[in-house]
Amino acid sequence: MAVTELPTAGMLPGGPGEGVQVVIAGEELPTQEMTLSIGPQHPSTHGVLRVVLTLDGERIDTATPVIGYMHRAFDKLSEARDYRQIIALSNRHDWLSAFGNELGVALATERLMGIEAPERAQWIRMLMAEWNRVLNHLMFLGSFGLELGAMTPMFYAFREREDIQTLMEMATGARMHFTYCRVGGLKEDLPKGFLQYSEVLVKRIRHRLLDYEGLLLGNEIFKKRTVGIGVLPGEVAKSYGVTGPILHASGVAEDSRKTEPYLKYSEVDFEVPVGEHGDSFDRFNVLYHRIEQSLRIIEQVHAKLPAGPIMPGKMPKYLKPPEGWTYVRTENSLGETGYYLVSRGDTKPWRLKMRTPSFHNVSMIPYLLKGVLLPDLIAVLGSVFFVVGDVDR
Amino acid sequence: MAMTKEQRAAKLRELEQKIASKKGIGALYGLAKGMSVTMRTMLKPAITTQYPHVKPDLPERTRGVIALKEENCTVCMLCSRECPDWCIYIDSHKDVMPPKTPGARGRTRNVLDRFAIDYALCMYCGICVDVCPFDALFWSPHFEYSTDDLSTLTHEMDTLAKWMDYVPPPPALEDGAEDPVEVSKEAVSYGAPAVAAPVATATAPAATATAAPPRTEPAPSQEGAAADSATPAGGTTEAAETQAPPAREEGHDEEPPQIDQEAYDAAIAQGKPDREARALAKRAWILKRRKAQS
Amino acid sequence: MIFYHFFSNPWAVFALKLAAVFIFFLTAPLVLGYVEHKGLAHMQSRLGPMEAGRFHGWAQLIADGVKFIQKEDIVPDAADRRIFMLAPMIVIIPVSLVFLVIPFGPAAVSCHAPAGTGGCGFWGENFDVGIFFVLAISAISVIGMLMAGWASANKFSLIGAIRGAAQLIAYELPLVLAASAVAMQAGTLSLVGIGDAQKAYWFVFPQIAGFIIFVIASLAELSRPPFDMPIADSEIIFGHMTEYTGIRFGLFLLSEYAGIVSLSAIAVVLYLGAWHGFIVPWIPGPIWTLAKIGALSFLVIWLRATYPRLREDQLQKMAWKYLIPIALVNILLTMIFKVVF
Repeated sequence: MAVTELPTAGMLPGGPGEGVQVVIAGEELPTQEMTLSIGPQHPSTHGVLRVVLTLDGERIDTATPVIGYMHRAFDKLSEARDYRQIIALSNRHDWLSAFGNELGVALATERLMGIEAPERAQWIRMLMAEWNRVLNHLMFLGSFGLELGAMTPMFYAFREREDIQTLMEMATGARMHFTYCRVGGLKEDLPKGFLQYSEVLVKRIRHRLLDYEGLLLGNEIFKKRTVGIGVLPGEVAKSYGVTGPILHASGVAEDSRKTEPYLKYSEVDFEVPVGEHGDSFDRFNVLYHRIEQSLRIIEQVHAKLPAGPIMPGKMPKYLKPPEGWTYVRTENSLGETGYYLVSRGDTKPWRLKMRTPSFHNVSMIPYLLKGVLLPDLIAVLGSVFFVVGDVDR
Repeated sequence: MAMTKEQRAAKLRELEQKIASKKGIGALYGLAKGMSVTMRTMLKPAITTQYPHVKPDLPERTRGVIALKEENCTVCMLCSRECPDWCIYIDSHKDVMPPKTPGARGRTRNVLDRFAIDYALCMYCGICVDVCPFDALFWSPHFEYSTDDLSTLTHEMDTLAKWMDYVPPPPALEDGAEDPVEVSKEAVSYGAPAVAAPVATATAPAATATAAPPRTEPAPSQEGAAADSATPAGGTTEAAETQAPPAREEGHDEEPPQIDQEAYDAAIAQGKPDREARALAKRAWILKRRKAQS
Repeated sequence: MIFYHFFSNPWAVFALKLAAVFIFFLTAPLVLGYVEHKGLAHMQSRLGPMEAGRFHGWAQLIADGVKFIQKEDIVPDAADRRIFMLAPMIVIIPVSLVFLVIPFGPAAVSCHAPAGTGGCGFWGENFDVGIFFVLAISAISVIGMLMAGWASANKFSLIGAIRGAAQLIAYELPLVLAASAVAMQAGTLSLVGIGDAQKAYWFVFPQIAGFIIFVIASLAELSRPPFDMPIADSEIIFGHMTEYTGIRFGLFLLSEYAGIVSLSAIAVVLYLGAWHGFIVPWIPGPIWTLAKIGALSFLVIWLRATYPRLREDQLQKMAWKYLIPIALVNILLTMIFKVVF
């Protein structure tokens, strides 16, 4: 079976590449297209994304994502809030990688102000960012299984997430919206026992990842549903501006942690897992292996965490970055998040424009969904990892 | 023979992958593997905690609710202004106090009339707690204040003050951490009872159980300042002394307060929730220790 | 004497048997539902229901039932009202009728029952064509499914119903072919007769291929994972049940669980030696039957906890390309077996 071949129009449903070629002669047998609106409240879009499909039987002719149901005007709101408040707000748009978001805002402001966080703060930031990445990826590992009908991985994912959230809560006081970064460093240092628990968790999660392998990665049914489905070639991915695990699954190892290291990523040893075919299975596989790499980074942080302060000695009471602009790119959990920050020397930014990975990931849904079957819509949507808040902001 | 556990596991995994890569058998093996995962999990105990029956033991830093230490508030309005969604409501009036020396101008001061937080709006970012210069706001892990009516989520001063009972002492820091600026700026270093002891004896008797929640906040000087500037509602200097900050008289003990089993049992017997009982028990323990020290 | 008179009245015996079957029909799905709640929960590292009825939430399903009855019975405006309301009945009645003929124990040694009451034994009725009756009647529920899907005036319902119909038609064939091989081996179409014929050995041993096909086909008939595309909740909400609420939805659920019990029971009678026990043969036959039904039903639950669902076309492919040819070969082998021995 040719796995990478997408089924083309004119074939009867028979699975990708194995249908019977049927030529319908003339106009005697007219069929009518059905418009089906998936969402904005639909179990498989985890959020309020709406996809309008035109269906020919169960085959999707066109798919149009409709976004904006969750628009909260983050960019505009940032112009009316000071830098400290923006950090708290930026937590919210991609609620699954809150720390990564606030880290980006803090980095951008710091760069504009020409300060750098102390050594220890940078290492701790990296530790938190990686734990956040694990949190995020576990969520998608679980929900992808759920969307394909396997309900158990979701609960396992939440079991692991619960442990990590407890860990994050120890240090930050919150389970989702951490607000732990401050411009210049961090809110507080880690509490006693954090690193010890963190070490325990790395071991535990590494062990429990095998469960996902047993339930999904090694499962024949799962492979049948995902291998060869929603193939995204690397070139197309790049042209749509797709980043993160989806881009890596298409074989492009572009990761700003490697290519433009921020924090201390240049001092730790890790790999960027890449896929071969760019299908749903590869995307899932890459996500799975990214967790392993994140755990590797966390272990290295444990070993290398230096002593010292977490905030630079003198910080102004009101943050007033000098006039100018900057662009910071970070590899957030779902891909590259960019922050274009313009200051006019005020306590508030003049403009803060975000480039969020989910938005770009969603933009190529029409490409991926063209010609696939309705059940494969789920296998594709679930593997195009996005958070609706991150799409709409 | 002398294979470690990891080596054995690695070897097993290698074998497993060899089987899984075979075509027909691999598929069956994969299916069986999935079945074994669920079965194994079933035979292990579940991880669920039965919440209303078993209360979670939350970390000290948990941002559950914001408590107000009323006597520390100087109505500076910083929290209200810095709040990203403006959910803090403060009302106050100016009070003219009798002059110290006869004939001089009367001193004015702010009196807090209303301090309310609308938890329906609050996004629990903690900026208000951060910016408060006089340590009047604290985070507490207490979280059981949900209602079925949005309007009742606005909590007034008295409730916020009551929640001070739930504020735990801040946790000790991880190795290699530096003390917060507030602590290191002062001569009194965090976790050095020797320095703090004289201070403690000086003001200890003044502290009453009602005024001193069991916490050791590392900001003695500011709290002192707060107490001075915000003379409490009574308006007398005597009352000001009774409101002496707990951090000072308590001293900075290395060990966090423990749970006094007796007080805990008593509180539980009174039908108090576990969290409250723990807070009360910790307070009892601190009081006991203080007694033992003096 | 009174008892004798009572039991010699065919109507009284009928009433008694009907009552017993009805009670079993109502309780067995509840027990199974509870086991599924708990089994799934523990497989997912959860506890499942713990509150209703105090002890490990044993009354959860009863509470659910009460809830279903209390809820408003909503019929969508655009729906075909009468068909919409009728559909759950059409689904549940065939499933309940199946229980009438399932034998739970052996025939009594001395039978005083008058003619026309189905003989003495743990069954409602002993048809000579029992297996035929069971397979025929359980296929009727597809009509209810189609009715529900069509009458709901909902695209998701329609897709679900069509999928369900396609699936049922595709899997009726392997189911019947596998069962007919057993009937050939036993030399009878009567379920009681098939049970009796397994005294020496269970038919699962000579008919292992048939058994596997039967279980797979039953799962597909029941639209249980991994073959639950007709109600695939992440794609088409809940298939033909999307628009249903209250007791009508409850009836659909009841029929699903009753279906699991009934098809497990049929599989037990056909393959797993019916009421014949092993190692500890003094345990009475009905308990053996129930235990085996329970074990098979647990397997169904276990599969649900573990596997993702296949795609509709993959499912069809499996039926037509693999299961039906294998079932046919199985019949051929059984034939040779019967002729040679």
